[in-house]
Amino acid sequence: MSQTPAPVSVYENVGIESRKLGMWLFLASEVMFFTGVIGAYIVLRQTVPDWPNPADVLNIPLTGFNTFLLICSSATLVKGLASAQDGDKEGMQVGLFLTVLLGALFLAIQAHEYDELIHHKQFNPGSGIFGACFFTMTGFHGMHVLGGVICLFFVFIKSLKGAYGPAEYRGIEVIGLYWHFVDLVWIILFTIVYLI
Amino acid sequence: MSQTHERHYGKIFLGLLALTLLEIVVAGFHFMPKILIVLSLIGLAIAKALMVAMFYMHLKFEKKLLYVIAFAPLIFSIIMTQAVGFDMKRNQPQIIHQPSALGTSQPAH
Repeated sequence: MSQTPAPVSVYENVGIESRKLGMWLFLASEVMFFTGVIGAYIVLRQTVPDWPNPADVLNIPLTGFNTFLLICSSATLVKGLASAQDGDKEGMQVGLFLTVLLGALFLAIQAHEYDELIHHKQFNPGSGIFGACFFTMTGFHGMHVLGGVICLFFVFIKSLKGAYGPAEYRGIEVIGLYWHFVDLVWIILFTIVYLI
Repeated sequence: MSQTHERHYGKIFLGLLALTLLEIVVAGFHFMPKILIVLSLIGLAIAKALMVAMFYMHLKFEKKLLYVIAFAPLIFSIIMTQAVGFDMKRNQPQIIHQPSALGTSQPAH
């Protein structure tokens, strides 16, 4: 007597697919974390007298280019997801690969920026409260980008093995939510820390 | 359906690039009052963040419950931070006496 396989069910008790709901709940905790960190920066900035002009210390054009890279990586990821939904395997793989590449490039440029600041401008986490805030905020964000790049790399490898297609693209969608959130946080950080 | 989304994605991408360039330009408007520059930059950043959340994260096409999950912690965190801000302002002389935020000056007594 052959056993009938159990039907593949997706838990949708609240009308949202469980993996997506789980990622959104995680992102809710991330919203609180980054709002706390950015809020602390704003409060300190309003309180501390003689706050330096960020443009005097930081390399705005380089970071502007880095922002451009992260925005491009979000675009390549949504393109990859759309390709997966359409059954375009090649488009999906190219989209995911470009996202990993752009994310890695962002990190490389951030490492170069840190090197320049620490070794050439003597601006480090011990350089007063601005230095502490700058390295805390951009460092935590950079670690999130690193985590995202690693996860995206695994998703890319899975896509090469044929794990995703029009019927199963949640893996890309869920890591996409995280990646776009990281992009969103950088948009705020770039404005608050570098431009204002 | 996804082709419609893709058209949105292209527009959003161009919009984000345009707003980023605008931000960098506005940040250099030293002839404008500082408060106007700050408000403009914050407005542009919020517009960009909303574009990413609504279209790239598909919040616009999702159930309202996700709006609550996304925005409730943001609102509570802002209220909490603001409360700390008021406290810092009130007790400013006791909390921070730092001549230079770059840390190049002598420490305060």
